Amino acid sequence: MERVPVLKIGDILLVSIQIDMSDQTAVTLQEDLAERIVATGAHGVIIDITALDIVDSFVGRMLSTIASISKVLDAETVVVGMRPAVAITLVELGLSLNGIRTALNVERGMELIAATREDDLGVDEAEGAESGSAATSA
Amino acid sequence: MTAGVDLGPKAQAIGSDEDVVRVRQLVRTVAVAVKLSLVDQTKLVTAASELARNTLIYGGGGNAEVSVVDDGRRRGVRIVFADSGPGIPDLDLALTDGYTTGGGLGLGLSGARRLVDEFDIQTTVGEGTRITVTKWSR
Repeated sequence: MERVPVLKIGDILLVSIQIDMSDQTAVTLQEDLAERIVATGAHGVIIDITALDIVDSFVGRMLSTIASISKVLDAETVVVGMRPAVAITLVELGLSLNGIRTALNVERGMELIAATREDDLGVDEAEGAESGSAATSA
Repeated sequence: MTAGVDLGPKAQAIGSDEDVVRVRQLVRTVAVAVKLSLVDQTKLVTAASELARNTLIYGGGGNAEVSVVDDGRRRGVRIVFADSGPGIPDLDLALTDGYTTGGGLGLGLSGARRLVDEFDIQTTVGEGTRITVTKWSR
């Protein structure tokens, strides 16, 4: 069975799916990611599906499950690079990808995760710190 | 006929989830050869993925036969999924969005039907199921 590599960049885990995954490969990726989130303390997961020419109900469900698992483990998941034809097909198939955040590409996905972290941390910092953007804007 | 592209019928056994991947790849190759649009290729391959998985999980395995059809005005791709499994007792229920007996999303059969132009299903309890789908070029 082939395995999809999980790369760590700063506190983000990047997964770029470059193969036509069997169902077992998809399930293994789900488990690998959960373990890597805990092992690295990553706060973000970016799943790049630029190379996928289809997303069927099995892979769609895997993406939703990864998003749910990572949320429980204090990490945000963003799916990036969905092809237009894949988006059209997903909607017609009836898959809503509940709870999944998307961005056009990896760069925007990283920005989205950073912005989400700032929003979350901003509240804590404003309470404790005297300087910093969160405090001065108050 | 384009030189080098064999458009005769092709069969693929479905006995493992790696075979589901092979069905997708076979269908994609034929859809490209028949010059379906990118969106139609994506829809057909996605439908084939759902139906091949059903053949494996519910039918206990079987096979897929992919052929090129021509109605005089246009060409299309026809896929027949056949298994000798338990059959489907309540077809209307099985074709309802969200209904599943296998722990999936319940979108396989109903979703696949929406993604193709023609959809035919023959099923006999205790004997098996045969699903024929066709996607035409535009």
